Amino acid sequence: MPKLYTFLKYFFVVLWACFVIAPFLWAISTSFKDFNSVTGGATYIPWLQFEPTLDGWSVLFKPGSQGGINIIGPYFNSIFVTLTASLISIVLGTLAAYALSRYTFKAGIVKNNDITFFFISQRIMPPVVLSIPFFIFLSSLGLLDSLAGLILVYIVLLMPIAVWIMVDFFNRVPREIDETALIDGCNPFQAFFKVVLPNSVPGMLVAGLFCIIFGWIDFFFAFILTFTKVQLLPVKIVALNSSITPWWSLSAAALVSVAPLIIVAFIVERYLSKGNLSGALK
Amino acid sequence: MSLLLNKISFKPTEEYHLNDISLRFDSGKMYTILGRTLSGKTTLLKTIAGLQTPDSGSINFDDTDFLSIPVWKRNVAMVYQQFINYPHLNVRDNIAFPLKQRKMDENLIESEVQEAMEKVGLIGFESRKIQELSGGQQQRVALARSLAKKAKILLLDEPLVNLDYKLREGLREEFKKLFNVSDESNSILIYASTDPLEAMQLNGDIIVIDEGKILQSGTAKDVFENPATAKVAEITNDPAMNINKCLIQDNSLIMNDSVQIQIPDQLKSIPNGKYLVGIRATDIYLDDQGFAFDLEISEISGSETFLHLRNNNLKCVATIEEVKTYNTNEVVKINFDKSKIYLFEESGELRHSPYQ
Repeated sequence: MPKLYTFLKYFFVVLWACFVIAPFLWAISTSFKDFNSVTGGATYIPWLQFEPTLDGWSVLFKPGSQGGINIIGPYFNSIFVTLTASLISIVLGTLAAYALSRYTFKAGIVKNNDITFFFISQRIMPPVVLSIPFFIFLSSLGLLDSLAGLILVYIVLLMPIAVWIMVDFFNRVPREIDETALIDGCNPFQAFFKVVLPNSVPGMLVAGLFCIIFGWIDFFFAFILTFTKVQLLPVKIVALNSSITPWWSLSAAALVSVAPLIIVAFIVERYLSKGNLSGALK
Repeated sequence: MSLLLNKISFKPTEEYHLNDISLRFDSGKMYTILGRTLSGKTTLLKTIAGLQTPDSGSINFDDTDFLSIPVWKRNVAMVYQQFINYPHLNVRDNIAFPLKQRKMDENLIESEVQEAMEKVGLIGFESRKIQELSGGQQQRVALARSLAKKAKILLLDEPLVNLDYKLREGLREEFKKLFNVSDESNSILIYASTDPLEAMQLNGDIIVIDEGKILQSGTAKDVFENPATAKVAEITNDPAMNINKCLIQDNSLIMNDSVQIQIPDQLKSIPNGKYLVGIRATDIYLDDQGFAFDLEISEISGSETFLHLRNNNLKCVATIEEVKTYNTNEVVKINFDKSKIYLFEESGELRHSPYQ
């Protein structure tokens, strides 16, 4: 019985791995093809079945005057906007979550859980609902088509995720740790920064990972709130589409845009298993 | 120096967590707060530490108003029932944390930490991570941290309850030694416990608390021999003292239709009427000529056997000084050590103790 269980476990893991890896292999091979190799039927092995070419990749880096889209500028814009917005969201979200987890707030009928729900409710609305308010808001601030404007909007979108994850995380950190820190001579701020925060790194990494993913993949707001001066990667990639769908350069763009997420996921995953609070409480 | 609690009350919900508590703790002495779970022990300790503010009452320590001082300036130490340490620091840094917080000289910190680790037997574990220690060792770290502070008030909230039997016995012995050593530093030691045996062994002053109210305080011997009420008698004995309704009439003590004993000499002067009779589990013995009881459960505990017995509406627990296996619903014949019978008024107050 345990043998069958082990077998099934590995069987499904391998099956799932195939599911995940296959599109990547497909995209990698397609990115090195040209028009003829793509339309000539399914081929997989370079040199044997088709002649590899770098045309798909070069389009991404050539300036517009040479028929390319030059994604380098938008690429760094995307990284800058996503990282800045995620960082601010994590800092604000962690502070808010700690307060919501440890202190009791009451204003009329509004209590801690209602405030937490208010944050999450930002994510319940479909983004379309927010598009017009955001547009008017940014235009009155003069921040349309700017990095600062995008960062502001992304903070609104990402901070609820950070608050949500961190409230749950802090609720599982025993209060007695804070109390012990207070007894040991820390004021409430020192208790947070010297004791609670160093033990919250795993939670913050998870929250950060989610913020980066949701920030990085956003197309809708990047599309609506920017025009020419500032462009983000997802919007720029769409510019590839023309009368003939260039599968080769789209594949290359897809690989380029997913690469940072894969790197981040690998880095974060390594730390996630390391940190735990098992030493705090029996 | 002494710590004075004056009419402390705390009522966050419908029920009192602390109800009009007035106590005096003198430095260099040890106190055990004995009470059941949720009796208010932890709340009392947290109030002294400053983690909780009472609704009314005052706390004075060394002639200063303690309630106006925030937790982090009170200089108390507390060890929790759960093993609370700082998981991101190693053993040495955990113990040094409060001293660093106080901005003590590095060399002094090193020697204080060393001394505290020696006391609790953690030498050699200095750079271990907390997660790599066993439960007992983790609790030693917490204890060492509180000792290193040399706080004027040391609060211990059931520090041994989450440890296994063997470790508990060992650490309790160490506690007693530590407390004797700490006596020289003139600190106040307050130890909360649910275990009567532990309270007796620690041999300090005992404060019995229930539902946030102090029922009795005094020396271990006094509380054990002369419990103020039937409730105290239940809390301070393990298994709880058997308290049953009884009737004294014409020189006999009637517990129910079939269990009636001749009134013992020391109770002869008690007038007829309704009372509560208290008999310790250890004062019940097997006797072939005794009263027949049905056995509900028998538990073997170390070298003793606890028998949960029932005779119609009369229930009692007896401790038999040997290991014996019984069948459930077996009939067991028992008798009571008449010279050790307690008598309480129907309202619960002690009427007669065999030690009076």
